[in-house]
This record gives sequence, structure tokens and C-alpha cells, in this order.
Amino acid sequence: MKQQTLLFDGLPVPFEEGQTIMEAAMAADIFIPHLCHHPEFKPQGSCKLCTVKASGRYVSACTMPAKDGMEVENNSPDLNDKRRTMLQMLFVEGNHFCPSCEKSGNCMLQALAYELEMLTPHFPQFFPNRPVDASHPEVLLDFNRCILCELCVRASRDVDGKHVFALSGRGLKKHLIVNSESGRLGDTDFSMADKAAHVCPVGVILEKRKGFAMPIGKRRYDVDPIGMQVERLANRSASEEEV
Amino acid sequence: MIPARWISAPVGTSRWRTAGGAAKLKEKPAIAVVVGEPVVSEKILASGQFDELLRPILDRYCRDAGLLVEILRETQNVLGYLPAGALTVIAKAVGTPRARVEGVAGFYSFFHLEPVGRYRVLFSDNITDRMLGSAELLDRLCNKLWVERGKVSEDGLVSVDTTSCTGMCDQGPALLVNGRAMTRMSAERIGRIGELIRAQVPMSEWPNEYFLVEDNIRRRDTLLNSNWQEGEALKAAIARGAEGMLAEMKLSNLRGRGGAGFTTHIKWESARRAAVHGERSARYVVCNADEGEPGTFKDRVLLTSYADLLFDGMSVAGFTIGATKGLLYLRGEYAYLLPQLEENLRNRRADGLLGNAVCGVAGLTFDIEIRLGAGAYVCGEETALLESLEGKRGVPRIRPPFPVTAGYLGQPTVVNNVETLCKAALIAVKGGAWFAGLGTKQSTGTKLLSISGDVEVPGIYEYPFGVSVEQVLNDCGAGNAQAVQISGPSGICLATHEFSRRIAFEDVPTAGAFMVFGAHRDMFEVARNFAHFFAHESCGFCTPCRVGTSLVANCMDKIGNGQGSPYEINEIFKIHRLLHVASHCGLGQAACNALFDTLHKFRPAYERRLRSLDFEPAFDLDEALAGARRMTGRDDPGAHFGLAARVSGGDA
Amino acid sequence: MNAAVPAPRKLRLATTSLAGCFGCHMSFLDIDERLLDLVDLIEFDRSPLTDIKHCGPCDIGLIEGGLCNAENIHVLREFRRNCKVLIAMGACAVNGGLPAQRNHIDLGQCLQEVYLTQPGLVGGQVPNDPELPLPLDKVHPIHEVVRIDYFIPGCPPSGDAIWKFLTDLLKGRTPRLGHPLLHFD
Repeated sequence: MKQQTLLFDGLPVPFEEGQTIMEAAMAADIFIPHLCHHPEFKPQGSCKLCTVKASGRYVSACTMPAKDGMEVENNSPDLNDKRRTMLQMLFVEGNHFCPSCEKSGNCMLQALAYELEMLTPHFPQFFPNRPVDASHPEVLLDFNRCILCELCVRASRDVDGKHVFALSGRGLKKHLIVNSESGRLGDTDFSMADKAAHVCPVGVILEKRKGFAMPIGKRRYDVDPIGMQVERLANRSASEEEV
Repeated sequence: MIPARWISAPVGTSRWRTAGGAAKLKEKPAIAVVVGEPVVSEKILASGQFDELLRPILDRYCRDAGLLVEILRETQNVLGYLPAGALTVIAKAVGTPRARVEGVAGFYSFFHLEPVGRYRVLFSDNITDRMLGSAELLDRLCNKLWVERGKVSEDGLVSVDTTSCTGMCDQGPALLVNGRAMTRMSAERIGRIGELIRAQVPMSEWPNEYFLVEDNIRRRDTLLNSNWQEGEALKAAIARGAEGMLAEMKLSNLRGRGGAGFTTHIKWESARRAAVHGERSARYVVCNADEGEPGTFKDRVLLTSYADLLFDGMSVAGFTIGATKGLLYLRGEYAYLLPQLEENLRNRRADGLLGNAVCGVAGLTFDIEIRLGAGAYVCGEETALLESLEGKRGVPRIRPPFPVTAGYLGQPTVVNNVETLCKAALIAVKGGAWFAGLGTKQSTGTKLLSISGDVEVPGIYEYPFGVSVEQVLNDCGAGNAQAVQISGPSGICLATHEFSRRIAFEDVPTAGAFMVFGAHRDMFEVARNFAHFFAHESCGFCTPCRVGTSLVANCMDKIGNGQGSPYEINEIFKIHRLLHVASHCGLGQAACNALFDTLHKFRPAYERRLRSLDFEPAFDLDEALAGARRMTGRDDPGAHFGLAARVSGGDA
Repeated sequence: MNAAVPAPRKLRLATTSLAGCFGCHMSFLDIDERLLDLVDLIEFDRSPLTDIKHCGPCDIGLIEGGLCNAENIHVLREFRRNCKVLIAMGACAVNGGLPAQRNHIDLGQCLQEVYLTQPGLVGGQVPNDPELPLPLDKVHPIHEVVRIDYFIPGCPPSGDAIWKFLTDLLKGRTPRLGHPLLHFD
């Protein structure tokens, strides 16, 4: 059977039947910015950072099946401009103060901002009030940094079988909740052994007493920009996300 | 005036609100009416003992997580709101994680996780209600009741707020009290309602005319003029056979009336050919009666006075695609229609039109169930609607797969608009060729328009497709129109030079809303109202829509408050360009349409509000010092920005 | 055709720290001996290096820190009026930074606790001297109050990043900070 290919910014890239554009790109070591995508979980398509233009239409690379002969525009000024704007939206929606964040240097949101040369949040800050939850003995939840990617929701549900996390609210009031009447993580059956404890791409789910372990300059995205880490991203299992 | 065919049944007939409450429920209605005052005491609420109280509800819905939206609604009817402990009881009963139950409860705007007033007054906040003075009436009621908008009064008696368009634009200003639709508000009525609330008069004793909803049919064409007999269309379809019926549908070239205009027969044929799977294999027909687009109310009229035709249409669709079940998703705002719709279904069952051996045909099974929405515009998007039907948050699904192959419960499902299904019923009777002879080649048949705003005779107008906007304006008495917003906030805004355009999929497509703005109206305020609508209704799933709709609403407020500059206008364009292409569903894609249109066609309405031509601060500088002024008691020029500081030689 | 750029006159540069910690200025000094190269190209207006109290007409304004009080806004506006190019330098100027971490606390409560109810405090009073600038209810990044032309993120941006940025700017290139100069911490 003829090998199916799609054209990635003009470059022919082979793919297997059933692969999404994202999967085809990753297999070919091509970087498409993304936050809510993770190779181990069902595609979600909510962060929209992976927006590409396929056959002339803007689509999410993580959910759109690849088709033979499809022309995909990925690394273009237009798309990167749109992605940068969406990053800026995520930055002003929450409270992202990198200098005090344990995840700094290992954070995908921050790494993408570097990759796309986001120098300013641009929009007026919403400065939402989101109290942290320190009720769990092992884990701190800092909702200020939540980007609503639902990776913890999916990991807890699909892998841990615990359903510790879910989303509530709507629109800008959408927020992460935990599975207890008190609303506190300490009253759930969450544990550091859960997959959900290690999938957060930003600094929401943090192991206590373990911050800032790696010196500046040695952290994951200090070493190489995220765009050069496609192979790792494609092969990552959830536990690797932990730093 | 055409008298309403149906006058609101008195509230309070549901057993929920009679003395003794839930525990005395003997007969199981298919679905409980949504309205009324909660029946339990503060003491019970405080005790947190909800198991006994909720058992009848949970039993009635068979502890089915798929019916979570109905369970939550009925729980709220009893408790007044959804306390944390009740969610725990429900989660345990339906075997679903508690967080998921809370997530669903937190999604719909008619569900409350915090205590609300025993009387919850929600003013419809469409621009047409505003134009009829709703904002002033809201203030009046708040003053009368000594309550701040959006807050519960200290005695817990009442809360007053706004809600998205309730679909009564032809007889506004409208509102909902405890979910119950009320129309034609006036200063006098609002005064009286304030008294009734203060005296804690049960809603069953409120004047019936407050609840009167009229059809206001002004122009009838083939659909509204049709004479039909209950079941006639279904029998005609059975006589044609499923393949024959499909052929007629194809011939008719009927396109969906919900806005998108997808060819109906393709949906039906795809669903018919799609494989069913799993243990609960079935096909479904879903009627989208979540008529949430502001300015649209034609489905309300069809549901009120043409329900037989609609149910025939659903049955025809069911027969044609091989479905055994139909679901009508009725927006929560139209809950008052539920009793008569249920009665209609009971009659159809009695007449052999629903159930087993439909029309006496052995093996032909089809029944219809009605489900209520709970205040979420996004559920008008067909896949969000399916999620809601499954008891989930109303978040649009990723497509493909499309509902015709994987819809309700993953089974092949046809989702059609109310008007589409009514037309399908007519096609069954009169044939596809007849239908194709109406309207234009690409837009066959007729279209119901919901006309409101600055017109002499608001109401429902049925026209063959191809009618010019000008013609419509003449017919409804819109003498001084400067603009028409067609198909609601997500549609298109036409200015006078475009009034020769035609209502048709190939020119100006529409789901039916037709809001007219007279020359004296401020088109900026129209767009601002729409911007807030989308910010309120964004489901929050995708980044651009979740954040972008709020950013745009804030830009509009900044301009509206006289604090804007061309910077904000450029920002709106920029966000529009992003949302239009990168949003997950049509809500985000269309969220800035009206702003884009009005910025092009009514730009001075924006410009005259601008404070400067360069850049203005994102927040009110002087207001940002108010807290510190209060704390220090200072009022010197240095404690201000603006005029005071300027006079004293400051550089603000 | 002679495409050579004429030797530029010295550009005038002003700097200030608003609600910041002067860390960005310290980082600016970290360009070390390159300062000598820099002074061949620029001259300083208002800056901690000079004794000029008010910013005059300048080519470039470099702002460290966000906006936490009325004076910050007055100074920022003075810079905007006088500088052809205004640059937000460092996390606080770019997004409010550390001072903005107070934004979820009500200002009234905050003042009350600090000056009135703190344990051990007797006869306290919220300072009300007109000489003191009043605090804003929230700390804001500077792009929310005036138009900003360029941003150098970082807490602080490294001396190398500042050097790269300024040399790009002075040589007529749109400044760009790639990996690893671009960082937020």
C-alpha cells in the first residue's frame, strides 16, 4: 500500500492511518506548540495552541485526523501570532508570577512563551483571587497557575481511576475542583503515587518540600528550548513530567 | 391581536409545592415543573440530612447519572439551591464522582451552589428588553425590595438579577420568577410584583395575566396556514416507506432552520445508514428546542400551538432513520410549556401514535421524552446539547465524529431544529416536490422570522425564502429602521444600504431572529449588550473564547464608560480575528460578529465615546485611589487623578 | 548608492525604578565594562547614575517596576511624555511582578492590619501626610497605563539580555531576545 503523507509547511511527512496531525508531526520530529495534549491521554483540543491550518482551515492538530495529501501550515507568522495571543490570554487569566514558582524552568506554559517570543502579557491582567489549597500532606495545589488543560482530570479519571479532579463553573469562571464535599484536596484519596500528581504542565500540582531542586541554568527548558525537545515530548510518560 | 391558544396553567399544581412536600409524592409525573418556592425549612437545610428528602427524586430518575440535569433541577426545586451535602448524596446515589456532579451543577446558570432568594427574579437581558426599559424596571424593583442587584436580600427573601434572553422579545420586557416566564412588564406590574414578594404571596396566587404568553402570529404562509390532523404526517411517511420518505426529503432540499442550514436529508440518510453498536444499540431523533439565540422566539410559538406537527415531524424522522426514541430538549426558560407538551404526548400515546406498534404497524416503536435545559446558550450547539442530554456539562464535542454516526450515548442521532422537524412533517404529507417549489432554488420552503425591536407589530412572520429585508420591514411597520440584526448576536447586522438583501442561505442566512433598531437607537449599546451575552455564555472550554469574550466585553465597557481610545477598537478587531478561526465551536467563532459589523457600519457610535486618540489606562486611575482615600481621610489634589490633580499643577 | 548609516548622535537615555527593587538596575550594571562602550553611544538623563530629578526629552526610557501608587503613575507619564521609546524592563514592569502578589488582598484590610490592628501596635494611624503618595487598590503592570514600545522580561533580565537588547536598539535592529536570554525568572 502506498505510504500516506501530509505536507508540513511544504515538507512531506509520512503518517499511519488513524494518526492525528499532532501525532504525525511528533513522529517526524516537527514541533507544534501545545499544552493540553499529552501522548498518553485522549486528545482534548481545548488549549488551541496547536491550531494549524490544514487544507486551508484552522483546526486543532491534536484532534484532527491526518489525511493523505493534506497541506498543513504550522510554523508561520500568522499561526505563531495567534498562538502568542492565546498564550497572553492564559497569562492574564491566571496569576503567573514565574520568579516565585517552583515550576519555573520546567513549565510548558513558560517554555512556550519563550518559544513564541511572548515578551508581555499584553492584555490587562484579570488578577483573579484563587486561594491555594495546602490541606494535603504531600501536595500543594496552587490554582493561580491553572490553565484548565484537564490533564490532571484525565489522568485521575483514566489512569488512577479516582476522579480526584474535575472542572466546574463556566466561561472565565471555569475552575478546577477536587472530589470532596469540603473542596479540599486533603479530604480526597489523592496521593503522590497517582499519575495525576505528575502530569501538570504548569505549577498547580506541586509536591511539598521539594521545590527549586534544580539550579537555574540546569532546568528542563533552560537547557534546550521546548521546540527542540519534540522527541522527549512525544515519548514522555506522565511520570517524566515531574521535576 | 391573536389570543393565546394556551393560557398559563396556575402555578402550584405540582405536588412538590403542596404541604408535606416530596415525601407525599405518590404519582410519578414524567417530569416535575421547574417553578415554585422551595418547600423545606432552614432547619432541614442546616441539618444536612438530605437522604430522605432526595430519595423520591433519585428513585423517580432511577439513579441514572444520565439524568443528572433533571435530578439537580428537582433537588433545587425542593431545597431552594444545591447545598454541598446534597451533591454528595446525589453523587453517591447515581454512582458518579462527586466532583463531576458539582462540575455539572456549576455549569448551568439556573443551578445555584449558594443559597438564593426564595423569590429569584431574573430580568431578560436581551437588547430588545433593554429597549423596552428593562434596566429601569430592574432598578425600580431593587429599590422597592431594598436589595442590591445580584445579591440575596438579608432576610433571604429575594434576589434580583439578569439572565440571557428568555425568548419573549415580542412581549417584553420579560422576566423569570423562580423559573417561571412572565411578560409585558411595566412600572405598574413591577410595583405589584414587589408587593407580592414582600407579602410572600405564593406564585400560584399571582395574577394570571402576568404569565400570559401570546403567539403573536402576524403572517402565515404554508406552515402556519397548514391544516393537519394529528398523526397525518406520520401515516403519510409510513405509507411512503422509509426509503420513499428519504427520497422526498432529498427532493425537498430542506435545509436546517436552526441557523447552520445543513441539508436535512443528508443528516437523516447518514444516521439511517450508520451502524448502531453496543448493548444499548439504538438510533435517536433529538429535537433542538433550546432556542437561546437572543431575539428568537419562533420555536416557542411552534411548541405552543404546533406541537402536534412537531411531534409528527419527530415521529417521521424516527420512522425514516429507524430510531426508537425521540428526545425534545426544551430550554429551561420554556419550562412553562412542559405540562401541555406532556399532555400532548400522553394523548399521542393513547391514540397509538407513540409507543409500540405505532399506527398499528407491528414492530414500529417510537416514543418521545422531554428534557429541560437549565440556562446555557451553548447547549443550542448540537453536540453540547447531546452532552447535556447525557447529564454532563454542556461542552461542545470534538467533531468528527458527527452526531449522525456517534450522537446521543454514542449512537447514530439526528439533531434537528423545531422548525425543521415541522417542515419535515409537511413534506411527508405534501411531498418533496411541493416543498421545493417554495422559496428559492438553494433555500427551499418558508422561514419563520421572530421580529422584535422598533416595529409596530412584533411577532412571528412566515415568508417564503428569498423575501427582501425591505419587504419584511414594511410588513412589520419598521418605518425608521437604521439597522436590523439578523439571526441574533451571532448573525449579521445590516444597515439601510443593505435592506435590499434577501433572507436566504445564499444571501442572508438566519435562524429566525430579526431585531430592528430605529434611527434613535445607539448601535454601540446594541453591540455592547451582545458582547456581554457571549462573555456570559461562553462555556469556557477553549482558551480563545473563554478569555477573549471577557476581554472584548471589558473593551466595550471601557469605551462605553468614556475611557476608551482607538487602541480598544484595534484590540476588538484583533480578538475577533483570533476567535473567528481558533474557537472550538460556533459560539466563539461568532462572538464578535456584531462588533465587527457595527464597527464597520456604525463606527461613529464608537468614536464619539472615545476619550483620546492615543491610549487610555486600562482602569480608572482616580477610582484606584478611592480605597486609600477612604483609609487616610485624604481629599487633597495629590489624592486624586483627573481634574483635581490637574488644577493643582499635577501631571495626571 | 550609499547605504551606510550615518554615525548617530548620542542617544539620550533615562531610567527609573517604580514599584521595583532596583534589581533590574543592578542587572543593568552587570553589563560591566560594556558600560564604557555604551556611554560612547548614549548619554544619561534621569537615572540613579545622575542627579536629574525629572526626565527631560529623551530617546529611550527604561522603566523598572510596576505601579503601586500615585507617584509611580505620575513618573511613568512623565517618562511617556518625554521618551520617544519606552521600555518595560523586568517582571514587575511587565506584569506587576512581586508587588502584584498583594492584589488578592483588599487594600483597606491591608492598611488596617499594618497600621492599626497588628499585634504590639498601640495608637497606630494610617499615614495621611499629603507628601506621601497614595497606594493604588491593585498593583498594575505599566502597559496598562501608558503605551509601551518594548518589553524585556526577567526577574531581573540578565546583563547580557539588557546589553543585547540595547545594542540591537541602538544599531537600528528590532531587539530580539532568543534562548537563553529570554526568561521570566
